[in-house]
Amino acid sequence: MNFLRSGWATLQKDMRIEWRGRARAQGALCFATLVLLLFSFAAGPDAVTLGRHAPGYVWLAILLTSTLSLSESMRVEMDDRALEGLRLLPVDMRGFFLGKLVSNALFLCCIALILFPMSFALFEVKPTLGFARLAGVVLSGSMAISAPGTIYATMATQLKARDILFPMLLFPVLVPALVASVKATSLVLFGDPMHEFGGWMSVLVIFAFVYSILGIVLFERIVEE
Amino acid sequence: MSIQAHHLARRYGRHWALRGISLTIQRGESVFLRGANGAGKTTLLRVLSTALQPSQGTLCLFGLDAQTHYHEIRQRLALITHHTHLYEALTAHENLVLLKNYGLILSTQELQSALARVNLKKHAHRPVSEFSAGMRRRLGLARMLLQKPELVLLDEPFGQLDVDGVQLQEEIITDFKQRGVTIIMSTHDHDRGYALCDRELWLDGGILRGATP
Amino acid sequence: MGRFLDLGLFIIASGLLLLGSIWGLWIAPPEAMMGDVYRIMFVHVPSAWAALMAYTTCLVASVIYLFSGKSGADHVAAASAEVGLVFNALLLITGSLWGRPTWGVWWTWDPRLTTAAIMFFAYAGYLALRGAIDDDRRRSTWCAVVGIIIYADIPIVWFSVKMWNSLHQLQSSPKTMDPAMVTPLRIGAFAFLFAFLWLVRRRVVALRLRAQNDILMMNEGDPR
Repeated sequence: MNFLRSGWATLQKDMRIEWRGRARAQGALCFATLVLLLFSFAAGPDAVTLGRHAPGYVWLAILLTSTLSLSESMRVEMDDRALEGLRLLPVDMRGFFLGKLVSNALFLCCIALILFPMSFALFEVKPTLGFARLAGVVLSGSMAISAPGTIYATMATQLKARDILFPMLLFPVLVPALVASVKATSLVLFGDPMHEFGGWMSVLVIFAFVYSILGIVLFERIVEE
Repeated sequence: MSIQAHHLARRYGRHWALRGISLTIQRGESVFLRGANGAGKTTLLRVLSTALQPSQGTLCLFGLDAQTHYHEIRQRLALITHHTHLYEALTAHENLVLLKNYGLILSTQELQSALARVNLKKHAHRPVSEFSAGMRRRLGLARMLLQKPELVLLDEPFGQLDVDGVQLQEEIITDFKQRGVTIIMSTHDHDRGYALCDRELWLDGGILRGATP
Repeated sequence: MGRFLDLGLFIIASGLLLLGSIWGLWIAPPEAMMGDVYRIMFVHVPSAWAALMAYTTCLVASVIYLFSGKSGADHVAAASAEVGLVFNALLLITGSLWGRPTWGVWWTWDPRLTTAAIMFFAYAGYLALRGAIDDDRRRSTWCAVVGIIIYADIPIVWFSVKMWNSLHQLQSSPKTMDPAMVTPLRIGAFAFLFAFLWLVRRRVVALRLRAQNDILMMNEGDPR
């Protein structure tokens, strides 16, 4: 009960703060679209090549943006030691983690909501397996990035070398999430003759599940130090 | 017994901020914690509030072990520092409603009267980012009032407050004393410290140098 | 006592390494397809085992630390991650050296190789985090958490890379090999095991001394 209430309170609070700080969200969005454009420039104007690699570009753009948005969302908690205030209230930190995780994932979903239509226009691709499956990939991919991302952001924002350490810790762990998101997206965009979609989705879901559970169990130990 | 600490030590990296503090504070006592800058006052208050874990030593609050029962302990204490524990993007009112959302039992009337008491009623719907340092401290006080603590730890409670604010803070401390709340307060304003508290603890270089019983 | 243990481990490890090298280089017969190149396997495969063993030790020590709060467990976790990283580097280098003459490439996206490379960076991050935290309690706890997070990733990485790249290599196991090649491989495995134990012990002792020194400073005053 406490767990769900503090999760819901955290999600509500974060949504409100995110909405108040729209300017920052717009900045993150700008960054994401720029990354997408830069990939296009780096890979050359050949439409076939660009189209084939579109899922990779989009997910890399989301991944790079996530390092900004995740640490920003934790920075709000560390300014003026708001998180310490919550700990002393005391707030159930497992619920807090879950709320934070969901709000971070929703933010990444919003980024994806802009990036995917953009990539359809830029790279001349379309979701042949339908939008519902694409939404499923986006949702579980965002959860998969946010779960370890929220844990690491909590640590990194409290360190001096945060800008280097955060991606250094996060990126190696995220490799399966990236591979699975890109593969699943490719299958949605270009068709799935071998019926591999389910396999990749289960990798994503298992990854997100494992790290959500680990986060819920271990988060309190992190913030108590 | 409110606080029993045995040989508390805390270090930051290779620097020891507290080097073995043993103390006992009875319920309802008010203690003035004095010491120079860097003597370890803030660290001691943070350790006593369970916000910071000690590197060594044991701490019991309200007869409960702080290492294992910090959830129960935290329901009964409040910490005031120059970090006011507020969210900048939220308004004063929303910051207080947050306590309710997180499960603190709180009526709308209590919330309004706390805001009125710290004289922030007309600024209730402005975001905290527009507040001055003193106004933030006032809002922090309102937050503390709503927590209805049995033990309050005040780190420089008069810092950044204007004349009215200092008076308000004094009123609140006196009020707490009358209701039997245990108070530990650090301040550089020795006159106020001696006037408001029954007892003094003198901290120097992370060690208790002297104490009046 | 500890000194004898150290010396014993060192002697056994170096003796086995020497024996394994002689056996692997001269006594074992050349392989039918690869000739002499395959002999790097006697270092490559044991270093993979040793690295995995080191990371597993790191996981176990991390879990023990989170439950017990004993600084000894934290020292073991730190030491085994460091030693694991060394074996992991050795694994990647020998794998590359082996891959070039065998498959004609320095690198392939084989699941084992890729997983090893990702783990190398993950544990490099782990050690960087260790170096970035001054506060010892925070360092121990956070690193224990990270030790668990990274280890949980190993099977997922392996499985996803395997799915991602369906080019398989048959895993070399003692069953598919000439018995004359099995012996030096076994010797190598034990040599690396003892080398691992020796290195971890040396590092744990060093870390413990450093921690004790920090605690002594509390009574002696700040040495600055």
